[in-house]
Amino acid sequence: MSILEVRDLAIHIREARPVDGISFDIAAGECFTLLGESGCGKSMTALGLMRLLPAAAQVVSGSVGFEGRDLLALPESGMREIRGGGIGMIFQEPATSLNPVLSVGRQIVEALELHAGLRGAAARTRAAELLDQVGIPDPRRRLDEFPFQLSGGLRQRVMIACALAGSPRLLIADEPTTALDVTIQAQVLDLLDDLRRKQDMALLLITHDLGVVARMADRIGVMYAGQLVEEAPRAAFFAQAAHPYSVRLFAALPDAERRGGRLATIPGSVPAAEVRHLGCRFADRCSEVMAECRSAPPPWREIVGGQRVRCFLPGAAPAVAAGVGAGDTAAHAETRPLLSVRDLQVHFPIRRGLLQRAVGAVRAVDGMSLQLMPGRTLALVGESGCGKTTAGKAMLQLIRPTAGSVQLDGVELTTRSTGELRPLRAKMQMVFQDPFASLNPRLRIGDIIAEGMQALGTGGKGDGGGSDREVATKVGPLLEQVGLRAEMVSRYPHEFSGGQRQRIAIARALAVNPQLLICDEPTSALDVSVQAQILNLLSDLQRDLKLAYLFITHNIAVVDYLAHDVAVMYLGRVVESGSADEVLRAPRHPYTKALLAAVPRVDGAKSEVPKLAGDMPSPANPPPGCHFHPRCPLADEACRQSYPGETRFAATQVVRCFKAL
Amino acid sequence: MLAYIIRRLLYAIPILIGVNLLTFALFFVVNTPDDMARMQLGVKRVTPEAIQKWKAERGYDQPLVWNSAAAGTATVTETIFFSKSVRMFVGDFGRADDGRDIAREIATRMGPSLAIAVPTFVLGLFVAISFALLLVFFRATALDISGVVLCVAMMSISGLFYIIGGQWLVSKVWHLVPISGYSGGVDAAKFLILPVIIGVIGGIGASTRWYRTIFLEEITRDYVRTARAKGLPERVVLFRHVLRNALIPILTGVVVVIPTLFMGSLLTESFFGIPGLGSYTIDAINAQDFAVVRSMVFIGSVLYIVGLLLTDLSYTLADPRVRLQ
Amino acid sequence: MIQPVVLWSDALLFVLIAAIVALTLWARRQDALRAAWGRVLKDGMAMAAATVLAVFVLIGLLDSLHYRARLPAQPGAEARYAVEVHSALDALLSDLRQRGEKTYSAPLATHLFAREALENSTQREFPRLQHGGAHLGADLSGHEFDIAVRVSRGCAGGLVIWLLLVSAWCRWRGVAVVEMLKVGAGGPAIRPVFLTLLPILLLFGIAIAVGGGYHVFGTDKVGQDVLYLSLKSIRTGLLIGTLTTLVMLPLAVLLGILAGYVGGWVDDLIQYLYTTLSSIPGVLLIAAAVLMMQVIIDTHPEWFATSAERADARLLALCLILGMTSWTGVARLLRGETLKLRELEFVQAAQAFGVGRFAIMRRHILPNLMHIVLIALVMDFSGLVLAEAVLSYVGVGVDPTTISFGTMINTARMELAREPMVWWSLAAAFSFMFALVLAANLFADAVRDAFDPRASA
Repeated sequence: MSILEVRDLAIHIREARPVDGISFDIAAGECFTLLGESGCGKSMTALGLMRLLPAAAQVVSGSVGFEGRDLLALPESGMREIRGGGIGMIFQEPATSLNPVLSVGRQIVEALELHAGLRGAAARTRAAELLDQVGIPDPRRRLDEFPFQLSGGLRQRVMIACALAGSPRLLIADEPTTALDVTIQAQVLDLLDDLRRKQDMALLLITHDLGVVARMADRIGVMYAGQLVEEAPRAAFFAQAAHPYSVRLFAALPDAERRGGRLATIPGSVPAAEVRHLGCRFADRCSEVMAECRSAPPPWREIVGGQRVRCFLPGAAPAVAAGVGAGDTAAHAETRPLLSVRDLQVHFPIRRGLLQRAVGAVRAVDGMSLQLMPGRTLALVGESGCGKTTAGKAMLQLIRPTAGSVQLDGVELTTRSTGELRPLRAKMQMVFQDPFASLNPRLRIGDIIAEGMQALGTGGKGDGGGSDREVATKVGPLLEQVGLRAEMVSRYPHEFSGGQRQRIAIARALAVNPQLLICDEPTSALDVSVQAQILNLLSDLQRDLKLAYLFITHNIAVVDYLAHDVAVMYLGRVVESGSADEVLRAPRHPYTKALLAAVPRVDGAKSEVPKLAGDMPSPANPPPGCHFHPRCPLADEACRQSYPGETRFAATQVVRCFKAL
Repeated sequence: MLAYIIRRLLYAIPILIGVNLLTFALFFVVNTPDDMARMQLGVKRVTPEAIQKWKAERGYDQPLVWNSAAAGTATVTETIFFSKSVRMFVGDFGRADDGRDIAREIATRMGPSLAIAVPTFVLGLFVAISFALLLVFFRATALDISGVVLCVAMMSISGLFYIIGGQWLVSKVWHLVPISGYSGGVDAAKFLILPVIIGVIGGIGASTRWYRTIFLEEITRDYVRTARAKGLPERVVLFRHVLRNALIPILTGVVVVIPTLFMGSLLTESFFGIPGLGSYTIDAINAQDFAVVRSMVFIGSVLYIVGLLLTDLSYTLADPRVRLQ
Repeated sequence: MIQPVVLWSDALLFVLIAAIVALTLWARRQDALRAAWGRVLKDGMAMAAATVLAVFVLIGLLDSLHYRARLPAQPGAEARYAVEVHSALDALLSDLRQRGEKTYSAPLATHLFAREALENSTQREFPRLQHGGAHLGADLSGHEFDIAVRVSRGCAGGLVIWLLLVSAWCRWRGVAVVEMLKVGAGGPAIRPVFLTLLPILLLFGIAIAVGGGYHVFGTDKVGQDVLYLSLKSIRTGLLIGTLTTLVMLPLAVLLGILAGYVGGWVDDLIQYLYTTLSSIPGVLLIAAAVLMMQVIIDTHPEWFATSAERADARLLALCLILGMTSWTGVARLLRGETLKLRELEFVQAAQAFGVGRFAIMRRHILPNLMHIVLIALVMDFSGLVLAEAVLSYVGVGVDPTTISFGTMINTARMELAREPMVWWSLAAAFSFMFALVLAANLFADAVRDAFDPRASA
């Protein structure tokens, strides 16, 4: 019996059609996931169901049946009873989705007043119960706290408590864990799954992450350009995806098996919502495209066991052959490290009191050491707030370290003045996380790429000095090297997609012939198919130019695919380092083990390692002894007393833990 | 939090000293007292004796900052800087050209100024916020659009027009209230009602539009969407969620002017013949009474700095993020 | 023959115009700016407002071409020039300027406003005006009819000129006239321009036709034509509205960016500076500064050759003072924005190349703040025009001999108590100001919406 029946829902924003006729059912107690890349219309669909669309957007056709009532025909007052009462909703950004000036209790109680008719002390008691139910310790005290006093994971739990207040029969969760760290994501997903089973509540989960889908879904709907292209039960979908788009999503996922090889990519990008389609929406990017794909929209075709697909191809789409691995590309012969970091510290003073004296410090980086050999990739892995980005910037001297040593090719950087550093800057460059903030919107692409050559007086290849003319002739080939066209030099950044911008940012860094590229989460803002393009580009460049990468990321799958060596960071220090195989296959530190276990796996396999409880402590006030001991299942008295020293396993694996075996 | 308040208080001291130095430079260094005397006495026929007399009457016959003729601490105290600028810190503003004590004059004129400024401020705030909420409630409808157009039109009209037009219509044509004047006690109401209404109407266009923009900015936030997803009616969303958050930017602009209400309104008071500080200032400017203008500049900045302090304090009430950190 | 005179304010105004033209040419090559201006050009309300503003600017510019007329040549003597400085606008309006009456007269009147004892009579009569309605002769029965004829003649003239303009434009762009007026033509919103131009041209036509025989807005205390005074006030309003911001901008931009980007003690110092300055109530600081400036001007009469120069110096000084007191707001705004920009990744990318501080501020910070500067410029304009009137009323505005909306209102308010009221000076000043400020406000709104990515509604 379906609790929700969506039929031909279409939402238009002026000329754009972000949702263009989608239909699906959700049974009571079922978890249905909408899977798709950014801009495919999945969030718009969810807002449309709740009739919470932004003012410019309009539902132009279709119906939404909830427990037999058509929501789109209800008066606004009737709809308000459904919102929160029949259907609860939680959003992606727990940081902005709670009202910053109202206490947590107030925000839960207002939903209780509305839907449960509770008032005063009864409402407060119930609110505390709800907080307890979503796994928040000490709920009575938390009721009077404000959202800014909670960590991201706790905030999302409060959001869930708010949504549960009206005992909804359906919970819509729009990318509920995308803004959270992987260990916290695991906690929240477990909670959602648990609540769903206990309360027999249906769950509409919206996500772009195949791992989350594998962990949570009963059934899956794949969205592309405003429409559903495939619908299937989980087992069938993960056994054999039917639509060419779904197949490519799987193939674009990086992991260890594809190491050294090329990832399958989907050429081009998702069509804009303004585009009118005659045939299949995926036709332009599909390698199996046929004539009929372009002339008429493909009809739904039933495969077996509830799997259906909108594609003209008979049978399932053929698997995509990933490129042949070129083997390990790294050079091993070199023995002198290109980058050598010892006891690096970056402290930001905390000023308090009358005279703003420094009363303490945020120990963002607190004594980390690592080495990077020429031509190799070292992945610096850790959750947000562990200090990995600060460490990267401190190595480049963009932030001056408080203490410690950074040597590039044997030259000490920390003691050099800004002027003395300039000649060395050509050797090391950085690629940033946000492709939209990393290019100056007022400069042309040509000027952006030429900036480094002009500033450093290197003419790029061949070092011919930096005259404007010479610089200009070198920009074109650079653009081609990163897979763009040379005539794009005179365009502005806003004309490019996220993936193209990241290519431009890479070209800008390459312009000065660096030996070391520090990549700070270069793909975390990109969709998985575009991420594959950038990862392919990075490995091509490493092979051709013998670049060394320091790859800062939280994405274990990317690390597994790309890195030769791995360093795991926790609260400002490296807790485990070694070759990728050692660290990822045979982790020794309990944190590394928990981190790896928390990553949702596409094969749906569950890990034996217990999930981590709690949050990372604040770097302003790290716990005494081993920083990890409050969350560590193995911790004993020794761990609370002193920070463990380095223990060397195998040739390269170094662990800082008393309990490592 | 106490440390925070004390720090803000301490920060006010260098600013006050800066203001004091600035006014001293403006009034005594840019032009020497001789220049001022010459201008006030008429440039053409002026004798050195007349200038000396003019300066002596006002205490401007001392050296500017260093009295080498005096001994001991008097080298510093018997100077214009000390007697005219430093003594302002202890509330000694000296005498006006008509010989009256400025400090006492200010004390007696504060009452009438407040009698106009406070009701205008409170009523204006209330009316503008109500209108803005109304427009936001009916946002993107014809009511909202015509409201905004009306606001723009109203803020394009000179403040002088509101006063002159209001006086003409209400007092001269309709004979509802006296055209100008002031008296103490309950009688004051009939003199105050028109200036207050005119003050409210004159400011309503700009402030309504400003509040509307703030509300509209808040209304696009994620937490508002969350509130709606809970099923709260639009009224509750506006009052409980949007208004509470919008209060923070609104306080920034509003609290800072509260202390300066003491200064009264220049235009209103002089048009309506109300013996407050505003008309006192205008009269002093017209009579080129430098001592009074100097005192008002100093008092104005003191009040403004108090306003900044109050703003910081009001944040601690409105924003838990400030209160609890 | 004439001798051109370039007052300081004229020079600055022309520099400003040149700068705007140069910026326009530069902006045409910048994609983002062109797109934003494109949005303004497509906005009907903005284009209508811009049309009104353009008319005001044209009048103001005509009034900024100053000259001294050559006196009748004396044989053998060197050419000599008149002491008074006139402008091109004065030359166009010489009729209005020269046909003064004795004192007040109501709009379109034929007689003075006050009774006077006439010669050869013991009775006090309303004397006939010397110019207003003089062509009617002794018979005043045709007064209303004459005005009606002139109004219709003016309307007809305005309409003809408008039709000529419309058809010329349509011929140039190859569009049918009717179609353009019905649905507009592609590209910029041209239809509102012509629809705004129509009433303006009609009003001009009427003013010229009626003004030929009467005082359209009456005369003031010393018998000057109020229409003439209103038109002359426009230049003062425009100057105060634009030059003030211009004076303030370089300082505000420089200090704002320095404080935000360099930080440390530079930031502390600049913040201290603007907190101190902004803690003095604006009007009082202006009043104090203007009083002091007056002392300087009065005690140094030898600096100025003509009274026009002195009035001009005072006008510029007022702009300077207004600018000095108002730069703090913009500086604070720019500092805040710079703080945000400084953390953006493209700035860090430049730092990673070792690009110098000042190059980063010039290349990466400044261009990304220009929209704020532009918005501040257009938003401040209307406030300043209104402020001029208030300041002149308070007695710390422009020189009393400078014709401005403020001085017009200031002199007219003395007569408010008169019975019946002398209302026309006030009405004229307020209407002109309202038209100017409303157009500026509407235009500023459109500019802000087009340039500010956050602006909603």
